[in-house]
Amino acid sequence: MTTLALLAAAALAIACVVYVARPFLSEPEPDDDVLAGLDDRERRRLELLEERDRTLAALKELEFDHRTGAVSDEDYRALVGPLRRRAASTLRALERSPGPSDRQRTHVG
Amino acid sequence: MPELGRAALVIALGLAVYACVAGGYAAWARRRRLAVSAQSALLAAFASTAVAALVLVAALARRDLSFAYVAEHSSRKLPLAYALSAFWGGQEGSLLLWLLVLTGFAAAAVALGRRAGQDIIAWVVPVLGGVAAFFAFVLVAVASPFATQPAPAEGAGMVPSLQNPYMLAHPPLLYLGYVGLTVPWAFAMGALLAGRTDERWIVATRRWTLAAWAFLGVGQLLGAKWAYEEVGWGGYYAWDPVENAALMPWLAATAFLHSVMIQEKRGMLKVWNVVLVSLAFCLALFGTFLTRSGVVNSIHSFTQSSIGPWFLAFIVIAVVVSVVLIFVRLPLLRSQVRIESLVSREATFLYNNLLLVALCLTVLWGVVYPLLSEAVRGQSLTVGPPFYNFFLRSFGLPLLLLMGIGPLIAWRRASLRALGRTFAWPLGVALIAGVMLLAAGAGSSIPGLVAYTFAVFVLASIAFEFVRGTRARRALGAPSWPSAFGALVAHNRRRYGGYVVHAAIVLLAIGIVGSSAYQTVGERALRPGQSMRVGDVTLAYRGLTERTAANASELRAHVDVIRDGRMVARVEPGKNSYPVERTTSNEMAIHTDWLRAQDVDVIADEINPTSGVVFFRVLVKPLVNLIWLAGLVFVGGALIALWPDAREERRLALRYESAAAGAPVAPPA
Repeated sequence: MTTLALLAAAALAIACVVYVARPFLSEPEPDDDVLAGLDDRERRRLELLEERDRTLAALKELEFDHRTGAVSDEDYRALVGPLRRRAASTLRALERSPGPSDRQRTHVG
Repeated sequence: MPELGRAALVIALGLAVYACVAGGYAAWARRRRLAVSAQSALLAAFASTAVAALVLVAALARRDLSFAYVAEHSSRKLPLAYALSAFWGGQEGSLLLWLLVLTGFAAAAVALGRRAGQDIIAWVVPVLGGVAAFFAFVLVAVASPFATQPAPAEGAGMVPSLQNPYMLAHPPLLYLGYVGLTVPWAFAMGALLAGRTDERWIVATRRWTLAAWAFLGVGQLLGAKWAYEEVGWGGYYAWDPVENAALMPWLAATAFLHSVMIQEKRGMLKVWNVVLVSLAFCLALFGTFLTRSGVVNSIHSFTQSSIGPWFLAFIVIAVVVSVVLIFVRLPLLRSQVRIESLVSREATFLYNNLLLVALCLTVLWGVVYPLLSEAVRGQSLTVGPPFYNFFLRSFGLPLLLLMGIGPLIAWRRASLRALGRTFAWPLGVALIAGVMLLAAGAGSSIPGLVAYTFAVFVLASIAFEFVRGTRARRALGAPSWPSAFGALVAHNRRRYGGYVVHAAIVLLAIGIVGSSAYQTVGERALRPGQSMRVGDVTLAYRGLTERTAANASELRAHVDVIRDGRMVARVEPGKNSYPVERTTSNEMAIHTDWLRAQDVDVIADEINPTSGVVFFRVLVKPLVNLIWLAGLVFVGGALIALWPDAREERRLALRYESAAAGAPVAPPA
């Protein structure tokens, strides 16, 4: 039983080592071994995209809450203007924000 | 094959250390292949831990008493299901379960969390690897489940109270919850290490947090049900430190689930959210430490405990790492947005957070104070239910009220006129209910009356939200009322799933208040043929019998439950004697009246088998069953909130695609 257990343990260890070493075995000499990530410009773009989604979701929820009566006409008028302006300015900033380099196009996400 | 189990754990330790060290270097030096290799190590560690777990399961199934762990926690006579549940019945087995779930969750979270971005994932891997390495080290070097011995003729058996179906599910669910909280913490730390404080880590861990929180909640409820049915004292929660161990991270995670919405909706509270997720994780570790170190029995047993000092050291490391990283990244975590009004939904979420954290820290103080007292002054103290109940009322009642107020207030700010109109209907219903309850005699407990009135207010506000939301969906073109209702929930699963969870919490509150503030208790020694009256029921004691079960001798008193002169049930409270375990358990009998939502609990406290005299303790508990019903509603609400939302998934996919590829900025439909 002990020999069998040790053989099974050795097989498990070898399988684990091979599995963990797989990235090096499958790509012994890769063209690019750099971990992808966002540069400052792309981070700013991501923040703008988050802000865009946040603002548009807030507008959508405000419209719905106004329709249900949860938000009064008076509150709706006070809230909708700043939200629309914020959405517009975020979209404008995004339009001005350049896309990433070709390298990230293949790796990020 | 204990050798295979031991070897598998050593391999898992090596892989976890590799994931931590190589993963950390890969993230720092930005090495892609090494980072992928470290990720693979987490999956391999899971496979290796699964092999170790299978070895232990096989040993338990075969009752292989040459495994010291099997001999200490089971016996040949123990039914198979309970023998298998001994996996988590002892220290070493439960730590192995921790590692198994952790490595499984770690591998899955890294594989599914690609949306967080490779730069964050690269840092998440060493964090998860570090936690896994700690547990693997404890299992290899300090508390191995694979220690062997010459097989004794019989095992020590299992504590009788653990031989209960609820114990098959309660501990694993708690572990799923405890371990699940590691994932959001690891992603939060990964984001801080990567210097990325955008929403990606939150998006990647949203479901992990919700699932861990739901597991922890259901696990606690099953534990309460077990205590109620099995422990035999007529209660379901005793504010025991081990019970509190699961409550504290659940409260912190509840606060996090609310505050994280403010970050998603308004971009605020980034620091607070990282603090809360760290608090929840550290309290999950502390909960495991409390349960497994022996510190609860006495601070002195902690120093004799094999794992206590290691655990304490690891908790200190986790706290220090969290605090240092938060401080280092503080400039990145500062929000540009502030709360516009103290009367807004985000403000009510914030009040809710403060109350939840205050309650959590109060419970923590109640758990820690006796330990500190014993360590510093040598005095053994107990913080009892009056302390906890006082603070539960102080923080719990405002929390209950906020659950009703929050959904009715708009984000950003709300005018007083709008509030008056929105609150009129639920407030009116609550006031009418309060007056009716007072007239019905609920005024015998003022906190109970207040809690019920608040509960009605919350339920009315939830119903109000569903009704007006459905009406709006119908007006938007839904062909029928059911489809309008379906569309309402489908378009915002988290919001309406959250309301269902709120309804569950209200049911829980009603059940707790009813069964504690309005319960009736009676005690009396009866001879066969005598009876006693408690509340609106009469208990007639008929006689004693003794019978033999698979692994116990059962002594039962036969008691008729009589209401309005009619026998409605016969119950059999008594005691079980377990010869292998050499112990006796109290077996409470429960008669449930579903129409009245009331339980009659009959406890045979003392039995004289010679004379047949039994000292009975009887508790009539109104509405206690709502607590268990709350569990079902809670699961339903959590599932609604957890259910994948295809629209949301598309929107997020487009967002991250746009960030990476510079796609057009037009928003998704």
